Amino acid sequence: MTIEMPQSFWLYFTFFVLLLVDGLWCMLATRNLVRILIGLEILMKSVTFFLIAAGYLSGRMALAQALVVTVIVIEVVVVVVVAGIILGFHRKHDSLDVGNTKRMKG
Amino acid sequence: MIWFTLLLVVLVLAALWASMTTTLLRATLGLALASALLSVVMFSMGATLAAAMELSVCAGLISVVLVSVASLTRPRSIQEEIASRRSRLRRIWPLPLVLIAGGVALSFVHAPVDIVLRLPAGDGDVRTVLWSMRQLDLFGQILILLAGALGVLVLFRKEAKDDD
Repeated sequence: MTIEMPQSFWLYFTFFVLLLVDGLWCMLATRNLVRILIGLEILMKSVTFFLIAAGYLSGRMALAQALVVTVIVIEVVVVVVVAGIILGFHRKHDSLDVGNTKRMKG
Repeated sequence: MIWFTLLLVVLVLAALWASMTTTLLRATLGLALASALLSVVMFSMGATLAAAMELSVCAGLISVVLVSVASLTRPRSIQEEIASRRSRLRRIWPLPLVLIAGGVALSFVHAPVDIVLRLPAGDGDVRTVLWSMRQLDLFGQILILLAGALGVLVLFRKEAKDDD
């Protein structure tokens, strides 16, 4: 089965915006640090999708893929470091509530 | 086109489930599903290398990291769980409505868009682009990977010192 690919910019833009809103809302509506990280991940998915869509529509897929590979590498490093910070925070405060960050020094 | 649009709808639904579901494990599974669907989308668009990276790294490695974080944290008591679920539900319930309204509103927009990029030619194989045109990106990636590894080492060393 071959999938016919749409050439409409607005179709890609619509789903990019939907994923972006979903990620932002997920980050803003929660007090749990892990959920904030998950929201950030959804935001990164929307950016990755739009980069690929831009590469597809402009006919520069190789350049888009090179940029996406860079984005994915940075994404992994961010997730791993933030996960370490969250675990350290949990050991100190025995909670994942973002409200406890107000008590941090520095 | 219908199949591709349906794939994108399921992708947004998986991301929505990751945002709205109650437990961290389900949220992580939703995110992994969204990553896997995004890799299928990328594969359909011809971005095979990026799709493979997305599937292996984002749907695999990041899910493992998130599940590890969830398993290393203290589970909440039943009272905390109920209170948190109520307050979260109050904040999260408009999200599906906003997404539906946004999707319907944007589906009526058909303005012409000129997205021809004024970039140098040479767009061939992704490996050629990565190694010939984007060497600075590769250098940055190596630096960021090293910085991330050092960051994790510093974080855990400090925690081990605190435990003593």
